Amino acid sequence: MYAQMIKTAHSGVHKREDMTEQERAFQDRIDAGEKIEPRDWMPDDYRATLIRQIGQHAHSEVVGQLPEGNWITRAPTLERKAILLAKVQDEAGHGLYLYSAAETLGESRDELVRLLHEGRMKYSSIFNYPTLNWADIGAVGWLVDGAAIVNQVALQRTSYGPYSRAMVRICKEESFHARQGYSAFMAMALGTPEQKRMAQDALNRMWFPCLMMFGPSDKDSVHSEQSMAWKIKVATNDELRQKYVDQTIPQIEYLGLDLPEAGIVWNEARGHYDFDMPDWSEFFNVLKGNGPCNSDRMADRVNAWEDGAWFRDGLMAHARKARARKMAAE
Amino acid sequence: MSNEWPLWEVFIRGQHGLNHRHVGSLHAPDAELAIRHARDVYTRRNEGVSIWVVKSAEIAASDPNEKGPLFEPSNSKVYRHPTFYDIPDEVGHM
Ligand SMILES: [Fe+2]
Ligand SMILES: [Fe+2]
Repeated sequence: MYAQMIKTAHSGVHKREDMTEQERAFQDRIDAGEKIEPRDWMPDDYRATLIRQIGQHAHSEVVGQLPEGNWITRAPTLERKAILLAKVQDEAGHGLYLYSAAETLGESRDELVRLLHEGRMKYSSIFNYPTLNWADIGAVGWLVDGAAIVNQVALQRTSYGPYSRAMVRICKEESFHARQGYSAFMAMALGTPEQKRMAQDALNRMWFPCLMMFGPSDKDSVHSEQSMAWKIKVATNDELRQKYVDQTIPQIEYLGLDLPEAGIVWNEARGHYDFDMPDWSEFFNVLKGNGPCNSDRMADRVNAWEDGAWFRDGLMAHARKARARKMAAE
Repeated sequence: MSNEWPLWEVFIRGQHGLNHRHVGSLHAPDAELAIRHARDVYTRRNEGVSIWVVKSAEIAASDPNEKGPLFEPSNSKVYRHPTFYDIPDEVGHM
């Protein structure tokens, strides 16, 4: 998802009998559905795991602006341009809400950004794929934000109060993202034969990278158990992926496009679609930094940060001077 | 000296005469820019007509460990609520 392969800062699950009294009281609060708030006592591993997950989620929102930002000046109409600009601006806000949530745990935003720029933190694998044409932009809003929504709706129930509240706010804005994407994509899929061909191509290319957003299969994801017990994660990768596939197939069918792969079949007995898994070796390779756009994305982020330094510092110097002047006058 | 912009807490008053409500936080070099950033981030869909910002470092908060002594005493004081009193129907709405 926007947070993939988050290593829980502890191996295995804490057993009740091994917990201290404080840890047991903490787990009881979580089991009772209480939210944990910034100044409450929490285990160090809970804090560390949350910082990793929320930080990666925040980085994804910010890096996720790049593939779409690339098309703002090339949008086909002024209306689509205004819409895309508003959507990308929302994503900057999402990054901000999430960095703020991470900061309540005692990690500063600048520090998280530094870790990202040094390659010590990650962002979602999906943003290492290119957006080649306008059909891709519709597909990103519909399919990528669609996948993000499935995950983020679940995370509204996460145990950490500030993270949960950020998710509630983000989910309110996300349905605009998915709907504007579907609307743009629909115009292509129901357009000229050439536009329809572009739409089909975008869907085919984006399908498996979108399924990868949910992370590896549950049987292979070793880190999730303790995170589930702490309700840092509230649903498994496979549950969320299935939900996503089930809701997306009818949307593809409405457009009259071919399904993106042959393994998608309705399974009457399960009441769900069967589908093929992506190639996980590609996923791990992208995470390692070898996706089609990893180096471009990181270079763009680092340059933006460094090129803006004189401006951030200048405003800070101005604020200090103004404060000193005001104090001298008082 | 660190040039990291300080953190501000943002409070927004909505259209309908309600109190300012805490909506989130953001970084800004000073109060003026904190208000401008708050306007861009937190009021892009008609959420408010007024913004307050206050430096996060200047907020004093109650200690979560004091939750019991601070808030439990009011649990037993049911007579503070209007429903504690039986007023005969004949008296009419009160
Ligand atoms: Fe987002
Ligand atoms: Fe979004």
